[in-house]
Amino acid sequence: MSFHPNDIRRRGIAANVIISGVLLLLGGGFFRTQVLQHAKYQLQSETNRLRELPLPAPRGVIYDRNGKVIADNVIGYSVSVLAQKEDTLRAVLQRLTGTINITAPQIEQAVRRFRRAPTRPTVIIPDASFDVVSVLEEHRMQFPGLIIQSSPRRFYPDGPVVAPFVGYTSEITDNELANPAYHEYKAGQQIGKQGLEKAYESVLRGKEGSQFVEVDARGRVVTSQGGARPDLVPVAAPPLYTNIDLDLQRYVAGIFGDSLQGGAVALDPKTGAVLALYSAPTPDFNRFIGGVPTAYYDSLRTDPRRPLYNKALQGQYPPGSTWKLATTVVGLETGAVTMADRMPIPCTGGMQYGNRYFRCWDKRGHGNVTLAGAIAKSCDVYFYQLGLKLGLARLIAGGVSLGMDSKAGIDLPEEKRPRFPESTEYFNRKYGRNWSQSIVLSMAIGQGDNSQTILNMAKFYTALATDGQAAKPEVARVKPEREQIVKLTAQQLDQVRGALVGVVEGGTASASAIKGVQLAGKTGTAQTGTLDPNGKELNHAWFVGFAPANDPKIVVAVMIEFGGHGTRAAAIASKIIAAYLKVTPIVDLTTDG
Amino acid sequence: MATRRFPIDWPLVTVALLLSMYGIAIVYSAGQTDIHTAVERLWKSQVVWFCLSLAGAYLVTRCSVRLLDWLTWPAYGLSVAMLVLLLFVGKGAGTAASTKSWLAIGGFRIGQPSELAKITVVLALAKVLSAFKEPPKSLLELWKPALVVGIPWLLIMKQPDLGTGIVFVGFAFAMLFWSGVSWPLLVLVASPVVSLILSFSVPLWGAWFLLLIALVLWYKPYLYEGIFLTVTNVVFGVVAPIIWERLAPYQQKRLLVFINPAVDPRQAGYHVIQSQIAIGSGGLLGKGFTQGTQKRLAFLPAQHTDFIFAVVGEELGFVGVLLAFTLFLLLFLRVTKIAERANDSFSSLVAFGLLASWFVHVLVNVGMTLNLMPITGIPLPFFSYGGSFMLASWLAVGILIRIAAEGRGGRTGPFAV
Repeated sequence: MSFHPNDIRRRGIAANVIISGVLLLLGGGFFRTQVLQHAKYQLQSETNRLRELPLPAPRGVIYDRNGKVIADNVIGYSVSVLAQKEDTLRAVLQRLTGTINITAPQIEQAVRRFRRAPTRPTVIIPDASFDVVSVLEEHRMQFPGLIIQSSPRRFYPDGPVVAPFVGYTSEITDNELANPAYHEYKAGQQIGKQGLEKAYESVLRGKEGSQFVEVDARGRVVTSQGGARPDLVPVAAPPLYTNIDLDLQRYVAGIFGDSLQGGAVALDPKTGAVLALYSAPTPDFNRFIGGVPTAYYDSLRTDPRRPLYNKALQGQYPPGSTWKLATTVVGLETGAVTMADRMPIPCTGGMQYGNRYFRCWDKRGHGNVTLAGAIAKSCDVYFYQLGLKLGLARLIAGGVSLGMDSKAGIDLPEEKRPRFPESTEYFNRKYGRNWSQSIVLSMAIGQGDNSQTILNMAKFYTALATDGQAAKPEVARVKPEREQIVKLTAQQLDQVRGALVGVVEGGTASASAIKGVQLAGKTGTAQTGTLDPNGKELNHAWFVGFAPANDPKIVVAVMIEFGGHGTRAAAIASKIIAAYLKVTPIVDLTTDG
Repeated sequence: MATRRFPIDWPLVTVALLLSMYGIAIVYSAGQTDIHTAVERLWKSQVVWFCLSLAGAYLVTRCSVRLLDWLTWPAYGLSVAMLVLLLFVGKGAGTAASTKSWLAIGGFRIGQPSELAKITVVLALAKVLSAFKEPPKSLLELWKPALVVGIPWLLIMKQPDLGTGIVFVGFAFAMLFWSGVSWPLLVLVASPVVSLILSFSVPLWGAWFLLLIALVLWYKPYLYEGIFLTVTNVVFGVVAPIIWERLAPYQQKRLLVFINPAVDPRQAGYHVIQSQIAIGSGGLLGKGFTQGTQKRLAFLPAQHTDFIFAVVGEELGFVGVLLAFTLFLLLFLRVTKIAERANDSFSSLVAFGLLASWFVHVLVNVGMTLNLMPITGIPLPFFSYGGSFMLASWLAVGILIRIAAEGRGGRTGPFAV
C-alpha cells in the first residue's frame, strides 16, 4: 500500500487535532485542580486528615512436636499519639505525665519514633497495663490524637525454659531499618531478634493491616470510616511447627535448675530433629517483650554466669575426651589402627615425650589396653600414641572432614563456628615453622587449639549413632539433611558403638547406666586453666551419648561449665535420655559419680 | 553504510533529550523523602540507563529502515517467545509483586520484555498493514492485523498487565486509522469495548446501541458481520453487567485483582486521593523542587514510577505541568510530521505506531494521577523510573531518527527542505 500525500496530510491534521485536544483537556484538568481548586487541596495537604493506623498482625504461634504451645499471643494494649509536629507531640506527652506515669527516657524514645515515622501514630507505651489503659480511657477527651489499641503481644508460656531456642521479639531498630533485608518494615513494628523468632521472621510476622481514620484540625480522631478505602484486616501468620519435645525441654531445664551452668542439646540422630536445646542460666524473654526494663537487662549483663550468652550454640569449649572418638574415627578410617590394637607403651599414669612428661588423667594407669578399652577408660596415654602414629596433618584433616571447623548448620542465627585449625598451616602461623610435634598429643585428647560448641559435638555423635551420616540439626520441622562424615564400615561402627557402651558399662560413666536401655557415650573432662580459690583446676564436664545403643533414638550432649569430672555430665545426660525414652536411670543424680 | 552521514532530526532529538533530563530530575526528587528509602539512590541508575539508552538509540540509527523491515519477523518472534517464557519464569516486582512481567536471571531482575514487545509489535503490525493494497474495508479483512496484535496482547493480559494491554489496543487502533481504515469501521471495531464501558448505565448504553445499529445500517457491512457486532455489543453491554451483579463481592474483588493486581483495589482510592491532593496543593508555581510535602511524608504512593507526574504537579506546579505537556506536544507533533514525510507506508506506520504508543502512555498515566483514568500501573515515558522502558523509548527515538532521515523531510530525500 502506498499512501497518497493528500490522504496522509488529512490524517496527520486529524491526528494533531486529537493529540492537541486531548492534551488541552488534560491541561484543563490540571488547571482546575491546581489553580481553581488550589485552596481546597492546599488545606487538605496541610492537614492531611487521613491517618493510617497500623493494625499489627498476630505472630505465628510456635508449637512443639506434640502440638504444645511454645510461643503464643495474648492481648496487650498500646498507647500512641497522632501528632502533626514534634512540638505538638511533646506538648501532649507533657500533659499526659499529669495523668499517667511517663518517664523522661520514654518521652525521648517516643520523639525518636516520631522522627522516624511522622505519618504513623507515635507509640508512647508499647505494652500498657490494663490500669493505665482504663485511666486514659476516662480522660480520653483531654488528649486529642490519643489512640489506645489492643494489639497482640508475644507470650512464652514456659518463659526461660524455651528462651535458648525461641528467642524474642522487639521493636525494630534504626540499624535494622537501614538494612535492605528489612526494607518492607516500618518504624515501630515488632521483629524477631533472636532464635526461632529471628530465623523464621518472614514466616512468623504475618501481614500488618491498617485502619483509616479521619482526624480534625487538632488531631482528634473524628471517624474511623473517613478513609477512601475500607479497613485492611491484618492477616495472622501461619503457625510454626517445631521438632522440640516441650516435655523434654522442661525436664532438661529442671535438671539444670538454678545451680548448674552449662548447656545441653538433644537430637534425633536419624533426622537431626532438635528435641531439646537448653543453656543455663537463661533470661526470661517474656520480660523483653515491649522493651526490656533497664534494670533487668543490666542484671543479666553483669551476671558472671552470663545468661545472655547461649552456651549450647555460642559457647566454645575444649571438647576434652569426648573428642577422642574423632581421633578414633580418623585412626580407623586411615587404617592406622583397629579396635583391638594395643599401643607400644602401656599406660602407667603417663608417658614421656621429648623433654616433657604427659600425664594420663588417672595417675594409677590403665595398663596395656586395646582401643576399645582405651575409649572405655578414656586412657590418655593410648591416645597420645595414636595421635603420634597418625601425625598432626592427618589428625587435623580428619577433624576438618568430620565438620569440626564448621557450624552444625542449625536453623538458629546465634550458632557460632567452632574453633579448629583448618590445617597445619594454622600452627605455622601461630608458632612459626618450628612448632613441636607434642601439639599432636594435646589435639589427640581434645585439648589444645580446639574449641567445640555443644551442638556441634552432638551433631558429630549423630554420625556415630547411625551409619556414619551426621544429621543437620533442625529446630523447625523441615526436610532432614544428612551428610556422610564418618566413612567406616558397618562393622567398624558397631565396634565403635560397642566401645561407647563400654564407657557406661564398666568405664568412666558406669554410674550413669539406665535400667532396661543400653546407653552409649563418652565422658569428657576438659581443662580450662581456671583455678578455684583452693588452687585446684576447674574443669568443664562433658558427656555426649546416645541410646538405645543398638538403635539410637536420641543423642544428648551435656556440658557443665566448671562442672568437674565428666561423670557429672554423664549422670545428667543419662537422666535426660531416660526421661525421653520413659525409663528410669539406675543411679540418682545426687550420687557423686 | 556505517560511514555515510545522514541528517539527524534535531527537533526530535532535542525534545526527547529535554524530556529525559526533566524526567531524571524528577526521579531524583522523588527519592528525597523524610524517611530515607532505596528510592533515594535510584536516580543514579536511571542516569546509567539513560546513557545506555542513548548508545542503543545511536546503534538503531545505524540500521536502515530496510534492515528493520527485514528484522521485523525475527524480532516479533523473539518477543512472543519471551512473553511465553515469562508465563513460566516471570517474576513480579514492587507494587505488582504477583504478576509475571519481569524476566529475572538468578534472582536479578533484568527487564520487562513487554517494553520491547511494544516496539516489535508496532513493527509487525506496520508490516502487515503496509502489505494491504487498499485500506481494509471489512472486519474479515482485519484478521491478520488482529492476529499479529492479539497473540502478544493475550500473553500480556495473562501476566496480567492491563496497562500494557491498553497500550497495545491504543496503538493498534491508531495504526488502523493511519493505514486509512474508514471512521465507521473503526467505530464498529471499537464498539464492544465502548459497550463494556457504558454498560454501567442502561440509558447511555441504549443510546449507544441505537447509534451503533444506525451505523451498521448505514455502513452496510456483510450480514454476518453486522450480526456479530450486534451480538458482541449486547454481550458486553447487557450480559456482562448481569453476570457481574450476580457475583459475590469477594468474587468481584478477585476478578478485579486478576485484571489488575498492580493495585490492591482497596488501596486504589486512597492512592488517587493522595495524588490529587499532591497535585492540587502544588498550585500555580509548586512547592519547589524536592520540597513536596505529600511526597516527603510518603503520602504519595509509587512516587518514582506510576505516580511520578504527581511529583511534577506538587513541586513545580501548573507551570511545571505545562512545561511537560508542551514538550510532549512538541514531540508528538514532530513525530506526526515524520510519519507524514516517511518514504514508504511501512516507515510511516511504524512512526505513527510509536507515536500512538507514547501518546497512550502519557494519556493513561497522567490521567490516572488526576483520577480521570483507571489505575493501571502504566509508566510515563522519559519520566518514570525503569531501565527497560527508558531503553525502549530511546530505541523508538532511534528508529524515528532513521525514518526521518530517509524520508522526504531529510536533506537526502527528493523533497528536501
